[in-house]
Amino acid sequence: MLAFLLVMVAAAAVVLIVSAPFRRVEVDGGDAKGEESTSEVAELEAAKEAKYREIRDAELDHRTGKLSDEDFQSLDNALRAEAISILQALDRARES
Amino acid sequence: MATVGRALLILGLVAALYGIAASLYGARTGRRVWVDSGRRSMYAIAGLMTTAFLILEVAFLRSDFSYNIVASASSTTTPTFYKAAAVWSTQQGSLLLWVFLLSLWSSLALFLTRRRVREIVPYATAILLGFCTFFISLTILFANPFSTTSNPPREGAGLDPLLRHTTMMIHPPMVYTGYTMLTIPFAFALGALITGRLNAEWIQVTRRFALAAWLCLGIGVLLGARWSYTELGWGGYWAWDPVENAALMPWLLATAFLHSIMIQEKRGMLKVWNVSLILATGTMAIVGTFLVRSGILSSIHAFVSDPTLNISFVVLIAAMVISSVSLVTRRRVELRSESQLDSLLSREAVFMLQNLVLVALTAVIFWLTFFPLISEAITGTEQSIGPPTFRPFVVPLALIIVLLSGIGPIIAWRRVTVANLRRNFTFPVSAALVTLILLLTLVSGVGAHIFALLMFCFGAFALAAVAQEFFRGVRARRAMTHEAAPVALLSLVRRNRRRYGGYTVHAGIAVLLIGVAGSSSFQHQRYATMKPGQSARIDGYDIRYVKPTATASPQKISFGAILDVTKGGHHVTTLHTTYGLYPSEDPSLGVIGRFFNSGSDESRIGLDAGLTHDIWTVVDPSTTPLQGFITKGDRLFASALAAAERAPVAQRQAQLNLVFAYRDQLINELTQRFVTHPWAATFLLIVSPLVTWLWLGGIIVAFGGLIALWPIPVLARRRVRSAAYAARLARELA
Repeated sequence: MLAFLLVMVAAAAVVLIVSAPFRRVEVDGGDAKGEESTSEVAELEAAKEAKYREIRDAELDHRTGKLSDEDFQSLDNALRAEAISILQALDRARES
Repeated sequence: MATVGRALLILGLVAALYGIAASLYGARTGRRVWVDSGRRSMYAIAGLMTTAFLILEVAFLRSDFSYNIVASASSTTTPTFYKAAAVWSTQQGSLLLWVFLLSLWSSLALFLTRRRVREIVPYATAILLGFCTFFISLTILFANPFSTTSNPPREGAGLDPLLRHTTMMIHPPMVYTGYTMLTIPFAFALGALITGRLNAEWIQVTRRFALAAWLCLGIGVLLGARWSYTELGWGGYWAWDPVENAALMPWLLATAFLHSIMIQEKRGMLKVWNVSLILATGTMAIVGTFLVRSGILSSIHAFVSDPTLNISFVVLIAAMVISSVSLVTRRRVELRSESQLDSLLSREAVFMLQNLVLVALTAVIFWLTFFPLISEAITGTEQSIGPPTFRPFVVPLALIIVLLSGIGPIIAWRRVTVANLRRNFTFPVSAALVTLILLLTLVSGVGAHIFALLMFCFGAFALAAVAQEFFRGVRARRAMTHEAAPVALLSLVRRNRRRYGGYTVHAGIAVLLIGVAGSSSFQHQRYATMKPGQSARIDGYDIRYVKPTATASPQKISFGAILDVTKGGHHVTTLHTTYGLYPSEDPSLGVIGRFFNSGSDESRIGLDAGLTHDIWTVVDPSTTPLQGFITKGDRLFASALAAAERAPVAQRQAQLNLVFAYRDQLINELTQRFVTHPWAATFLLIVSPLVTWLWLGGIIVAFGGLIALWPIPVLARRRVRSAAYAARLARELA
């Protein structure tokens, strides 16, 4: 009997956990469009962070002597230009 | 509680099936609530599996022998510490541990990504729940940990003596953590392929789990090697056993992946390679699990073969391979590289070469591991493969890996000029050359071991390269901030955890492989049969058998030896080694014989470990001189027991107790004969240089992995409405 009760409690807990989203007020319909925009922002955020890391790495490479001044300047300029275009795209995505 | 445990497994299966359906429905219709509900079913499974696992743990701790696996793998006399670990010494318990860890790590991954990669997550959830469905089904249908008996034995068989080792408490959970965590990048990669969202985000999400899996699997492999070295009584740490190889292969592939994703992050290159690599890594994790469970290849680590279980695993692995290959083929256009390699003298090129070497190494290990099976299928005869077959392939590849682990940190991305090469390579190359000259001058006979010599030189090169990187980084930091050197070092590592964590790992790998080269090339080993007072010489050490030791208890008989080690007349160390025998539950072995001829034994090694060398020994005290007494005693006690059992019921128990007490006394006396009338014992004596470097290297690798894994400070995400992006960039980078 105790075993049966414990299993029932576990089953009820499972049902409660998985049904929780349905018990919230559902805002349907706008989901798909909203998600598309969120996905784009998230993807651009990831690209931005990767680019920042690349710029930092290049700076550190320069400071530790792996990149000459000349190479670093051209690389840094290119990376910053790429980062700026990502930032612009990010702002556009957020505004839309 | 066994009924509750079984019911929880069934509930888990239902929740997993529901979760798959909900996630896929949510993904197809775009209805978020279904996706959330699917994700939450993983949380529910984690709760259910945790409870089920706890029920089993409690059964082991309480020595509840109504559970079949408790009776088969534990006993009332098993120390509590090992009772807890005995759960995963069984097929059924270890499968439950697998699914418990899988649900736990999957829940963590899905929780952390609940607001990210929203298109990929539903598919990843369904795939992870698919793994849960598979493993829970196995525990319900073929390997039920909650099966019970209505007639439980009074005593269990006890834990295999070989598993009574501290690292065995941690080794399997660490390896399983590695395996289960590798299914997470696999699931996200497959999700990214299904949805076509193959940009930087899925890599960002999965990298951390791939790194954590790599770290845990690596620690697990190292603990296994330590167990082999200190417990198995053969003096080695790696035997190229199929199950050892099964854990090493996904680790090697994960290492390759962790390097090659950097190229994709920075250059948008190697997209097909990366996604294929992580899919192969996830598949190899399941292959590794299959090898442990199937018993298809002979291994001391494998469970007993179960054909039904094997077929299930083959189906799962086939499904993983087919879905991976077909999805990668379907998405080959989206997976095109965004740029090309600028120069062969660049970090990208070094990473690519390193990837090829790691994959080649994995392929060699895979081929040689499965060769016995392949040879049996073709010729009908299983051809066994031992360490000598692996060495000609593995050693040169390992040398290249160490060399590249030195080149990687000091070579720049994109392209390198001759001046930069000179500036960055002078010190590491000098360190390698100095090492070469010193070794050839100071160590006699080193020239005969060309691969070891190269490994020492390449190791010195890698260590010097990493040291140079740290030094220059600290110097650059100090020039900017004027901090004290230790503060600058901490700040440098804190701000560049991936880079300096990675460099630390490279240094650790170099130290580890120097240890492997030294210990395998310059090891001295011999067997010596000695009586107390006699000595044997090995590598300039005189090892004298001082005296025998012996102890007996109802749980274990132990024969041992105290050895005195001297060199040039000076005392070096004293070693104590023992050989333990555990009584069998099989009555046919005889009342006394079951203590001496049980087949369950363990060796405790005598070890003096040092930075330069280890002195290692294990005793094998033959019980042959006792066999006459044992056989006679078995005969006498069998008749005494029969007589006691024929006695009137009221007196029977008292008589039996008397017989057993006398038996225990006799066993004690027999054991003590080893001390009072010692006979010759055989010792395996080993002097092995640099073994400690292997463990130290492993610790450094783990430390570096932890540094790289530690979360980076979250960048402040400020909204700037002006067009001053350059200023914003500078600010966010600061």
